[in-house]
Amino acid sequence: MVRTYLLLAWTWLRASAQYPVSLAMMVLGSFAVNALDVAAIWIIFQHTGSLGGFGLAEVMFLYGTADMSFALADTLFGNVDRLSHHIRSGSFDTMLIRPASAFVQMATDRFSVHRFGRLAQSAVVLGIALPRLGLPWERTWMVPLMIACGVVIFAAIFTLGGALQFLLTDAPEVANAFTYGGSALTQYPLSVYGEQLVRGVTFVVPLAFVNWQPALYVLDRPDPLGLPYWLRFAAPLAALLLALAAALAWRAGIRRYRSTGS
Amino acid sequence: MIEVDRAGRSFTVGRGSARRTVHAVRDLSFTVGAGEFVGYLGPNGAGKSTTIKMLTGVLAPTSGRLRVAGLDPTRRRTALARRIGVVFGQRTTLWWDLPLKDSFQLIRYLYKVDRIDFRRRLDELAGLLDLGSFMDTPVRQLSLGQRMRGDVTAALLHDPAVLVLDEPTIGLDVVSKAAMRDFLRRLNAERGTTVLLTTHDLGDIEKLCRRVMLIDHGRLGFDGTLDELRATGPDGDSLEEVVARLYTGSAPGTPAPP
Repeated sequence: MVRTYLLLAWTWLRASAQYPVSLAMMVLGSFAVNALDVAAIWIIFQHTGSLGGFGLAEVMFLYGTADMSFALADTLFGNVDRLSHHIRSGSFDTMLIRPASAFVQMATDRFSVHRFGRLAQSAVVLGIALPRLGLPWERTWMVPLMIACGVVIFAAIFTLGGALQFLLTDAPEVANAFTYGGSALTQYPLSVYGEQLVRGVTFVVPLAFVNWQPALYVLDRPDPLGLPYWLRFAAPLAALLLALAAALAWRAGIRRYRSTGS
Repeated sequence: MIEVDRAGRSFTVGRGSARRTVHAVRDLSFTVGAGEFVGYLGPNGAGKSTTIKMLTGVLAPTSGRLRVAGLDPTRRRTALARRIGVVFGQRTTLWWDLPLKDSFQLIRYLYKVDRIDFRRRLDELAGLLDLGSFMDTPVRQLSLGQRMRGDVTAALLHDPAVLVLDEPTIGLDVVSKAAMRDFLRRLNAERGTTVLLTTHDLGDIEKLCRRVMLIDHGRLGFDGTLDELRATGPDGDSLEEVVARLYTGSAPGTPAPP
């Protein structure tokens, strides 16, 4: 499965290298668009000392971790949300006649380096934020773990969005509210949003575990909403449950596709 | 090699009060033995594509059962994929921006073809289909005839027992068409590969198929040899006239000609 993924991804990478100029433009463009996000945060801090009770370096830490998780998930699995396009053009059928997982074929379809622009940008942001935070070593272990859990959570949401398109072939954008919307939401401290929304993204769509809850631990902050302390360590569990739900939904979607043909 | 036993496939279309069930294929039964070359004919919308999707495991039947190369296509999709080859004339399975030979390497890996077998088969197919001059050309720059030869090669690299061809000569010029037919005839005669061919080109049928099946409105309307098919019409009628009469004659509500 992993070897198949790598081989297909490598094949698409070589294919995209056929258009080097377009490739370079896309990497630059994606870097620039995301850099504007960071500029927006910086401008906010020109007018106010804190955002939702968090300082500039802390907000950049939240932004950088969320963005890195999203960029990795998007690079690895983001193409799954192009499913409805493949169903309508019939190319999904050609994937089903190959002896390989349809999910891996979907995920690697048109794999291109342009998404690395966003990844590079999030690395820069984290690189600026981390030294300024002066994190104690005993809490730093959470940082790679929270990024990994964030990748799983976003990948699962991409997969759920793809699975949804087996039902809604003509409304692929519905899923974008949760993928791109979720990415935008987690870039800021959740304390700037209303309490109901925060509860929703903690217990329903577990976006709060992408960075918010583990970051409260890393930054050693009290939860503004007063949610239980153990939630800060619940990210792996949330990621696992969501990944399981996504895998089941995808399988059900494939079964439905093969039994309805639409 | 292919067994279809009372297979049916219906679709629910429309919403609300306009909801209705369409039977794309109903009560379809036939068997194809190893080494046969069968033409599968039918007007547009008759159920040909639905049949092919069921045979390849893309679509599950709503009733009845199928077996292809000894496997149930619905349950054993990936195992079946290694035993059959599929070519869609209207759609390529090759990688658009890659040189042809890279697509073949990828297929070698996906189908887990032994390196030596792969080399031998590719050399053989490249010789027969004359691929040498464009092996290094990206697929998007190939002519339709070249691309189709590439697609057929890709479908045969894992030496499938059954080859399913969905309109493989569509859009080809007379020379490419003749070369393709010649190749398919040799493949069937020399390697014993079972071939199921759908086409609208009756020339394909006349040149290649010993047996013809005709599907219309989801049912098998005719199953017999090419000579038997001709014999259903008056002497001197072309195959085209015979088939056209069968297509219109089997429409529901129209009485069959005496």
